[in-house]
Amino acid sequence: MTTDLLQIKGLSVEYDGDRPVRAVDNVSLTVRRGEILGIAGESGSGKSTLVTAVTRLDRPPARVISGNVLYQAEGREQVDVLALSRAEMRVLRWEHVAVVFQSAMNALNPVMRLGTQFADVLKEHRRLRRAEAWLRAGELLELVGIPADRVRSYPHELSGGMRQRATIALALACEPELIIMDEPTTAVDVVMQRQILRRAINLKRQLGFAVVFVTHDLSLLVEIADRIAIMYAGRVVELGGARDLYRDPQHPYTRGLRDAFPPLHGKRRTLQGIGGSPPDLRRPPVGCAFHPRCHAAFTPCREHQPPKIPVGDREVACWLHDISKAQVHEPHPEAVQ
Amino acid sequence: MTTPADIPVLEAAAVTKHFPVHGGQHRGRVVHAVENATLRLYRGRIVALVGESGSGKTTLARLLALLYPATGGEIRLNGQPVRRRSARAQRAYYRSVQLIFQDPFASLNTTHRVRYILSRPLKTFASNRVKNEDIDRQVHRLLERVSLTPTTEFIDKFPYQLSGGQRQRVAIARALAANPLVLLGDEPVSMLDVSIRLDILNLLGRLRAEEDVAILYITHDIASARYSADEINVMYAGQLVEGGSSEAITQAPRHPYTRLLLDASPDPDRAESDNPGGLSEDDPGEPPSLTTPPTGCRFHPRCPHAMPVCSTRFPDRTDFGDGQWTHCWLYSGQPT
Repeated sequence: MTTDLLQIKGLSVEYDGDRPVRAVDNVSLTVRRGEILGIAGESGSGKSTLVTAVTRLDRPPARVISGNVLYQAEGREQVDVLALSRAEMRVLRWEHVAVVFQSAMNALNPVMRLGTQFADVLKEHRRLRRAEAWLRAGELLELVGIPADRVRSYPHELSGGMRQRATIALALACEPELIIMDEPTTAVDVVMQRQILRRAINLKRQLGFAVVFVTHDLSLLVEIADRIAIMYAGRVVELGGARDLYRDPQHPYTRGLRDAFPPLHGKRRTLQGIGGSPPDLRRPPVGCAFHPRCHAAFTPCREHQPPKIPVGDREVACWLHDISKAQVHEPHPEAVQ
Repeated sequence: MTTPADIPVLEAAAVTKHFPVHGGQHRGRVVHAVENATLRLYRGRIVALVGESGSGKTTLARLLALLYPATGGEIRLNGQPVRRRSARAQRAYYRSVQLIFQDPFASLNTTHRVRYILSRPLKTFASNRVKNEDIDRQVHRLLERVSLTPTTEFIDKFPYQLSGGQRQRVAIARALAANPLVLLGDEPVSMLDVSIRLDILNLLGRLRAEEDVAILYITHDIASARYSADEINVMYAGQLVEGGSSEAITQAPRHPYTRLLLDASPDPDRAESDNPGGLSEDDPGEPPSLTTPPTGCRFHPRCPHAMPVCSTRFPDRTDFGDGQWTHCWLYSGQPT
């Protein structure tokens, strides 16, 4: 059995319009069994577009231009998610891949009791009878620290934190191998965020599912993820082990993003933001999309998009790491150390 | 840390705010949004107000901005109690105390250019009639002060032509147009992209230093409060529970809630030393309802150190001598 659960290969997604916007541009990523893969990026970096395309929850005007998404369920043939029929997709979605969204209020039906919503899924995918399904719903809620008798509650009767935990319980209903969490804690405050993450990580340990965790908060991701992919303007600019990437970022954008979070401890000193603004993807810059904001930019950055370059066990899309180019141009020393 | 002005320029003195509930199951009751809060702002200092959503921090800012009347206590500007008497007195107050809102997409009128947006407060608050050339010159100067340069590139833009960070700079420039003594920033960076938040925080820091304004920085992010503020006040469920210098609050917190908040905050350095796998399942609970708040200290139902007295009386303030203070029975000597 391979360790690769999900392989995204050369995926590009565009939003149609007068000027099509390439929100995800030739992204390749692999999710390994049982790992937490973090995807960090600012708004507009394409991280949410990426996960909606991968789970086929994208809606027009979003359109997949190219690429494959290969999913290897345990003991099954590898399938291309983008080529599955609707019926096959229904099976894949709850039983293999589940999604937790930012807004629990929108993910739960406000006029149905929690138990009914769980039972819908369990009756369809697990062939449980009503009474069994409600019982199981209670067990699932207890997994995330909500008393089982809350199955009879409506979503509005729960606090924001409880609702978000309920959507995680719902995602666990069919014991999926992969849970995609798209900014699952952005709408709750830090104390609740911490508690939700603790639950989720402990459940991951018990049940062994893999997680793709999407967020704009790199400092949070470093604490929980095994590997992190940094996205900028629709591309993965750096991919590596979470601690390494944080300790020693190789892409100037990763470095800037890391330094944009003031530390809680240690010396207080003035930090500099990255400067400038993320690019308008209707008119993306020529060459590397980050070059207008990059203090280390040199000639090739303005001309060609950098390929993914292996640096140790990391992948970095930056010309500074291309020996043939970088040697000639002597980049900014701070950026390559 | 003594500034020339040891008199607070703006002060909320034991301010309380209750909102009546008009419908639903709690009809006829009140929301205890802010309870007996005292907060002082000084020229040339940034004071942070930190708390979870629903803790009452925005309500306190709006009380300071005179957008609501207080249920109890008073607001003092330069030591003088403020009363919402005449429209004229109110306008004078608004000139001195300016708000910066969270969402620069909503706080700027989309149908006007930057020039108009910034010239309005200049005209409104001008002491006598000013010539249009003067206004124009002042608009350019405002743009310079918030680093929107070259100013000619920004002055004729509409808000939608600007990025989030640039829009927030325009909002700050508009607040500065009134030549205020106090800026009240209600989560001024939380809607902005991560990579430009620092630029705005640094801008606030520069305004503090160069223009000697008093700044209130409201945030739920205690790390950014430590970065930009001289002093941090922590609010929980409508009660101010701890305050002091930014370093004291973040490095040596006294109140159990402040400790909970710090433990919960993302901290990549923590990941280096101890394994996040050590995450406990302890449920820290959630903030209480403010229509039926817990009696005594409102944190007691979640507090690991709660004692019988905590549920009966709110503790008095304990001062630690170095400017740090807290309301907590753990430090209040022996309750009787």
